Order: sequence, then C-alpha cells, then structure tokens
Amino acid sequence: MRRLPLLVPVLWLGLLVAVPLLVVLVLSVSWPAEGVPPFNLPGVAGLNGDSFALVLGDPYYRAAFLKALVVAGATAGLCLLLAFPMALGLVRAAAAWRAPLLLLVLLPFWTGFLPRLGAWIGLLRDEGWINHLLQAWGFIETPLPLLYSWPALFLGMVHAYLPFAVLPLYASLSRLDPVLEEAAADLGAGGFTVFRTITLPLAAPGAAAAFLLVFIPAAGEYVIPELLGPPSAQVVGRVLWQEFFQNRDWPTAAALAVLLLLALLIPIHLFQRLEARS
Amino acid sequence: MLRRLLAVALCAAALLPAEPVPARAEEAVLNVYNWSDYIDPAAVERFQKETGVQVRYDVFDSLETLEGKLSAGHSGYDVIVPTSEPTFSRLVRAGALKPLDRAKLPNWSNQDATLLRQVESSDPGNRHGAIYLYGTVGLGIRADKVRELLPNAPLDSLDLLLKPEYAKRLAACGIAVMDSATDVLPSVLHWLGRDADSTDGADLQAAEKALLAIRPHVRAIIASGNILDALATGEYCVAMTYSGDVIQAKARADEAKQGIQLRYVQPKEGAQLWFDMLAIPADAPHPEAAHRFINFLLQPEVMAGITNAVHYPNAIPAATPLVEEAVREDPNVYPTPEMLARTFTVRALSPQAERARSRLWNRFKAGR
Repeated sequence: MRRLPLLVPVLWLGLLVAVPLLVVLVLSVSWPAEGVPPFNLPGVAGLNGDSFALVLGDPYYRAAFLKALVVAGATAGLCLLLAFPMALGLVRAAAAWRAPLLLLVLLPFWTGFLPRLGAWIGLLRDEGWINHLLQAWGFIETPLPLLYSWPALFLGMVHAYLPFAVLPLYASLSRLDPVLEEAAADLGAGGFTVFRTITLPLAAPGAAAAFLLVFIPAAGEYVIPELLGPPSAQVVGRVLWQEFFQNRDWPTAAALAVLLLLALLIPIHLFQRLEARS
Repeated sequence: MLRRLLAVALCAAALLPAEPVPARAEEAVLNVYNWSDYIDPAAVERFQKETGVQVRYDVFDSLETLEGKLSAGHSGYDVIVPTSEPTFSRLVRAGALKPLDRAKLPNWSNQDATLLRQVESSDPGNRHGAIYLYGTVGLGIRADKVRELLPNAPLDSLDLLLKPEYAKRLAACGIAVMDSATDVLPSVLHWLGRDADSTDGADLQAAEKALLAIRPHVRAIIASGNILDALATGEYCVAMTYSGDVIQAKARADEAKQGIQLRYVQPKEGAQLWFDMLAIPADAPHPEAAHRFINFLLQPEVMAGITNAVHYPNAIPAATPLVEEAVREDPNVYPTPEMLARTFTVRALSPQAERARSRLWNRFKAGR
C-alpha cells in the first residue's frame, strides 16, 4: 500500500518516456522500405546498422550536430546575459512590484508559441513594419533582408527561451542573503566589486542551471530555425525532419534522434548534479 | 509555413476519431486533405448542400507533410490530392491507395484521355486516381525589375536563375527557390542538357555544382505556399515555383495595386509537367462519400469554377468553354499545344536514387 503513490510516476515515465524511447531505438536499427509504415522491423534480416553508419560517417550530419550545439550554446549564453539583469532587477524591486514584474516575464507563455513566431515573421519580412518604418524614416532605400537570417533565428530563440533562464536565476538570487552584500559594502567594496566578488559567485550555480535549462531543449529545436532561420541553418532538428518527411527514411531519422539524446545526456547529467547540490 | 504547422496540429486532433470502427451505414462526413489555396470554396459548399455530407477540409503545403501523414497509416482522410510524381506513384506502389470504383464515378469519362494516358506511367491503368488539376514548374518574375538589372537577359529562360552571372545581379532584388528536390532538380538536369530522371552520379554532381554556384545569391529556399505570399507583395524578383502559384500571386498583386508586375515564365528549355490527383487512402473511413466527392468534382461546371478560382487548368475539356475568358486565353494557365510539346514528365525513381537526390538538395540548402 505504501508503494502505491510510486505507481503513478513509474507508469507516467514508462508510458511517456521508456516506451517511446524503445520505439525510437528499435526504429533506428530497422530497414527502410516502401510501404505503410515505411520500414521493416529488424527480424529475419537482422539489425540494420546502415543508419548509424551514415549519420556517423557523413560530414553533413556531423556539421548538423555541431551547428545545433553552437546555436544552443549561443542561445543559452545570450539568454543568460539578458536574464541576469532581469532577475537581479526582480529581486531588488520593491515587494509590491515583484509580482507584476514576474507576471510580465511569464506573460508570453500565456499566448501560443506559433502565433508569436508568426508575429516575428510579420515584423521581419521585407514588407513588414520594421522595414517599412526604416524606409519611411529614410534610413534605407531597399528593404533589409531580415527574415530567414541568423539574427532572426537568434531573435526567435532568445525570445522563446528567455523565461527558462530568468526563473532559475531569480530563484537562486532571491535565496542570496542581502546581508552579505551589505557587509561587503560596509567593508569598503565598491558596487562593481560587490557584484564581482559576492553576487556573481553565489549566483553561479543558478546561472549554470539557467544555461543548461535553455541549452538542452534548444539543441533539438526545429520550429524556429525552420520558420525564421536561413536555409544554411541546417541544425539537427531540421535534418531529422528532412530524413523523416523528405526521405521517408525513418530509421535514419531515429538514429539521429538517438545520437542527439546521447549527446544531451552530458548536459542533462550536469544539470541534475547542480540541482542535487543546491 | 504557419498554415502547415497548424494543419499538422489540426490533423493530430483528427487522428483520434479515425479508429477503424466498421460502420454499416457510413456517417455523412468527408475528410478532405488538399493543398492550401487550391479549391473554389463554393464547390465545397455546393457539395455539402447537394449531398448532406459534412466536409472537414484540411490543407497541406508540401508533399512531404502529406506523405509523412499517410505513411504512418490511419490518417483519417478520405480524399487526398497527391502529385503524380513522386508521391502519388509511390503511394500506389506502397498499396496505400484504394482502387477507384468506376461504377461510382459516372463522370470519369469527362476527363481528357490524352492527359490520363500521361499519368499512366505513375498509375498503370489509371486505377487509383482522377486528374484534379495540372501545371508546370517555372519562374515567377518581376519583369520590370529584372530588365532594370539585366537589360539583355532572356526573360523566358531558366538562365535567369541558373546562370551565376545573372543570379548574382538579381540577388539584390531577391531570388527564391521552392524547397522541393523533386520539383526543382529535374528542371536543373534538363537545363544542363541531361536526363531529368538521371540517377547517374556524374549528372547529379553537375546539377549540384550548378546549384551551389548560384547558392550565395539565393535568399530563400522555402515552401511553395510561402513563395506565393511573398511574390504577391513583391519580395522576390525571380522565384522558381509552380505555374498556378505565380498566377495566383499575380492576381493578388494586381488587386493590391502596389505597382508590382508579376509574370509567369514557362522556361523555353522545357518545363516539368505535373498532375495533382484525386485519390482515396486505402484505410479511408468514408469511401462512399469520397467517391461521391470525386464524381462531383469531375463535372465541367464545378471544375470550371475551381480553375477560375485557382488559375490551374483542369483535365476536363467540356469545362474549358465555361472558364473565364481571361483565364482560358492565358497560355500560362492553359498551355498552347507548342508549349505542351516543350514540357516533360518525370518517372518514378528508386528509393536509393531519391535519397541521393534529397541529400544533394540538403547540401544545396546548407550551401556546402
């Protein structure tokens, strides 16, 4: 009877994590075929290692992994840069202001993700508001190609993931005892020295958690590079889509998914250790 | 693109009631999955009124989306509109389509026999599909802008896109290519003087080289539906896409009166001819209603209305006199016999050959 409460999370994990993972694993060593569904299970023919061989051997796929990790790292870094002053502002704000400010951080979550990206497309396109305003004010003559560019991609990524960075930072900064900073100031440290020697080191675990919380989902991102990014932003999420839908090569798509998961195990493990320590 | 994602979300919802419950009398519902901006809404309304069948209409804007959903099985759709090559022929070979019951399609014989024969290379005996609409792959251009940048270039040739010296000049006003290996590579191979269906490594390398040479000058490689929208607002001055999309974009641009002059160009080197087919998935929950809908669409006055709305020609000769004169007389909509003679159709390729092409295409997109 005491074990009953455990059953729910175990079932949950089993149905929604273990079973899908197993399906993807089996798929990754299946044989592509013409049919519905477009693969044959590794039965009589044995396991199919071609998909992994292709993904590991072809530089195109390695480049896609590398690009995804660079994009995720840069996104997480940019989010951190923006989130730190935001979280600090939240903590230092008067108590009456804190709730409404926190609400402003969370508010974007209340609207759908796709409509927000759609709004960016509307703003960034050649005939969009930004180009119209720049033209009307005489800064430019021909529209700037803003959409389908790297800046647009990062704009969308940071916009989507920023709250994931603000919240853990806010949590760790609000646990920080203000007396420590006051003591440093009393002992003659200037504002910047206090920040560098007291605030920053104490907030470091929270910052690392914020970085990883953005990095992990961003590494597999498909929608934002597809909708806002340049064609050359062939990150692993898009390549996976192409294998699945364009090539109908489900085993190769599954092999990519397995390798992405393996690559992300390291940051996931780091994140858990950080959480356990704090 | 947004529409595509929305469509995916909608279909995820539509998947749920698609359990194969053996219904004795079919429910009066029809799930249609068609290309975006590709029907006369009045036709759907009329069908609902005449038959009492409720139509749930859903759209896709790339064959990949359609095929991805069909491949998983139990898509829940009753009528789909795959393009003859590669999707329709692949679905035929995979056994994913229900053979049409001609007894339930008295209007079948309204179709042009010559065009039906051309589709037989994808579907021997025309057993699985009726022709909905057809068209070519070519260029949408803003002739005035192109003339400004390139006073001496031919306007009726793929040279505009594929000659690097031209593409370089035109990059300033925007070049777009639809994101579809199957609809772009055959034309590139043909332009190079090679076999459009080639699986030869040397031919494909030549095509890849030609594409990579213009890659720095191409601004967007996106779904055809997005090109349609952007062409209408003048964002590109050369775009490789489907004929009717350019003509629809032109109609929108003319309506907006912003001075954007669009023109469709069927390349003089030869253009890929394609057919969009009306077909029924093998596991369609409402095959009766599906046959009624296809039979309804094959009527001359219904087809004429669709052609008027979407500016793609249909395969029903008796519909032609009912089509608006401006549409009927436009050789870019209804190609003249000489223009049809300069088109080519593509054959089915082996899965290996298709994957090689698709990976070539991805390298082109990545620019490496």
